[in-house]
Amino acid sequence: MTNSVDNILDRSADRAARATPDGVARRIRGLSDRAVAWLFVSPTIILLLAINIFPLIWTIQLSFTNYRANRPNAEIKDVGLRNYERILTDEDIWLSMQTTAHFVIWTIVLQTVIGFALAYLVDRKFRGHAFWTTVILIPMMLSPAVVGNFWRFLYQPQIGLFNYIIGYVTGTDPSSFQMLGDVDLAPWSIVIVDTWMWTPYVMLICLAGLRSIPDYIYEAAEVDRAGPFRRFWSITLPMALPFIMLAVLFRGIENFKMFDMVILLTGGGPGSLTEVASITLKREAFEAWRTGYSSAFAIILFVAVFGLANIYVKALNRVKER
Amino acid sequence: MSTNSAHSIVEPSANAKRIAGVLVVAYAIITMIPLFWIFATGTKSPPDSISYPPKILYEPSAEGYCNLFTTRTRQTQEYIESLGEPETLCEDITLRRNMVIAGPSNYVPRFINSLIIAFGSTFCAVFLGTITAYAFSRFKVPFANDLLFFILSTRMMPPIAVAIPIYLMYRELGLSDTKLGMILLYTAVNVSLSVWLLKGFIDEIPREYEEAALIDGYTRLQAFWKVVLPQASTGIAATAIFCLIFAWNEYAFAVLLTSGTAQTAPPFIPTIIGEGGMDWPAVGAGTTIFLVPILVFTVLLRKHLLRGITFGAVRK
Repeated sequence: MTNSVDNILDRSADRAARATPDGVARRIRGLSDRAVAWLFVSPTIILLLAINIFPLIWTIQLSFTNYRANRPNAEIKDVGLRNYERILTDEDIWLSMQTTAHFVIWTIVLQTVIGFALAYLVDRKFRGHAFWTTVILIPMMLSPAVVGNFWRFLYQPQIGLFNYIIGYVTGTDPSSFQMLGDVDLAPWSIVIVDTWMWTPYVMLICLAGLRSIPDYIYEAAEVDRAGPFRRFWSITLPMALPFIMLAVLFRGIENFKMFDMVILLTGGGPGSLTEVASITLKREAFEAWRTGYSSAFAIILFVAVFGLANIYVKALNRVKER
Repeated sequence: MSTNSAHSIVEPSANAKRIAGVLVVAYAIITMIPLFWIFATGTKSPPDSISYPPKILYEPSAEGYCNLFTTRTRQTQEYIESLGEPETLCEDITLRRNMVIAGPSNYVPRFINSLIIAFGSTFCAVFLGTITAYAFSRFKVPFANDLLFFILSTRMMPPIAVAIPIYLMYRELGLSDTKLGMILLYTAVNVSLSVWLLKGFIDEIPREYEEAALIDGYTRLQAFWKVVLPQASTGIAATAIFCLIFAWNEYAFAVLLTSGTAQTAPPFIPTIIGEGGMDWPAVGAGTTIFLVPILVFTVLLRKHLLRGITFGAVRK
């Protein structure tokens, strides 16, 4: 059976080879540019179709059902838009969105301010600045999960180093406050760790922004007798702005998706006070096994990130064109 | 966004430099404290690690590393005394705690899983990324911009959202808790970064080199292999390290899709517990071993870091 198929293929290949003029035959052996292009692009497209697009379509389909992954044999009912309705009116979901917003906004504010300040200082080009920049960059390369797990130890009220240092500096008793257990402090505990990890990221991008400002602009400002304050506000800041905005975009997307560091540090607690959107999603999908419901939530999150990012990129392009 | 390497002739004053230097060094030192504490905790004995106030000076102990690599059982005094002299340092330490080493822990297999999955997925992502980026850079691919944007947008999905259908799909295909499944998944996640970064690097290689090779009778594939690849090697290496770091550090997919045979180190390290709570010296030791490769890579990568973290949006 296979033999005969092979034979037919062989024979038709022979016929094709005989029918093709010499030049074209050489091109086929060497592959045309078009063929190379397709050969080079298609494996990636196939992989992305299999592992990104197909699952996305499946998620959309599941989001209209009451499917539960822990009961594969139960009857799957089409529930229309009910999952979406329930999510958008669910108070817990809105609470988790607020938690996420608090986390995203404060980490961005702190990282941008500290990161830009650091970049400005590094750009003074003191001796050894390259070495110290590399040292500062280390935290952002580490695994958020493994490092987040260790911060749990640093935050221990009695034995933790963080509490000890804060107690030493402020003169309070290190066991008088609990970063992870206290209702007021827990949301800040995750902001602190994220800021520690990712401030270097913002710094690095801001530094590129500062270095992109050509010298002659500063020289012209010097001629116009603009003071250092004026130079900062009307040259440095506006010209570095597209870079700062880019850093904010990347941090915003990343922190909107935040899961690993927070789940290991606080586990969403105390109560559900630090339960960011990804943790709520994980609870619904992999603990409560409400697959259909959580699929709808996943789609809403994706649309939210995608929509906000697109609006933001438009604003960024407008600033760049100025 | 191209940047200019020339810098201000308006040189900062000596004083400004000094103040900036002091502040930056102070920040760097503060930011290193948690890392220093990880290394220190790994070399402490359990009582030293949880003492109050926290001990900065202490007698180094191998107990954390011993506990990391072994599982131990508590035994009666008589049984301990009936045993002969301990042969290794770890046996000695364990005996002093009235315990006996029962066998190796899961740390080494988990670490090896991390190595296989990280290197496997990096190889695939960089291979696919290189050829795809070359095609996007040199040929007119229909819908090229849409495809590129689509490739990038796959990174915007929260990992948990991606994990729901992947979990169901892998369950059907028997890929749950397999190294192959994890390699495929990490390749798919990393290929977006890989294509974007490498397209930037390949765009910078002058087309004239290949055109000269084509005129010399090379085929397109030969020109790609013999002319473009060597020119792009720095970019390929930098991209590979970025992919490797992602796969090495990844936690969300690993914790949801693996449980045993294919589990990587990040989901394993937080589960290291001793008697009555976390065994912090063992966690410190495991974390230290896990972080060292990344420290080396960060130093190697420092010139390309900016490009990698911004998907090639900022080049230096």
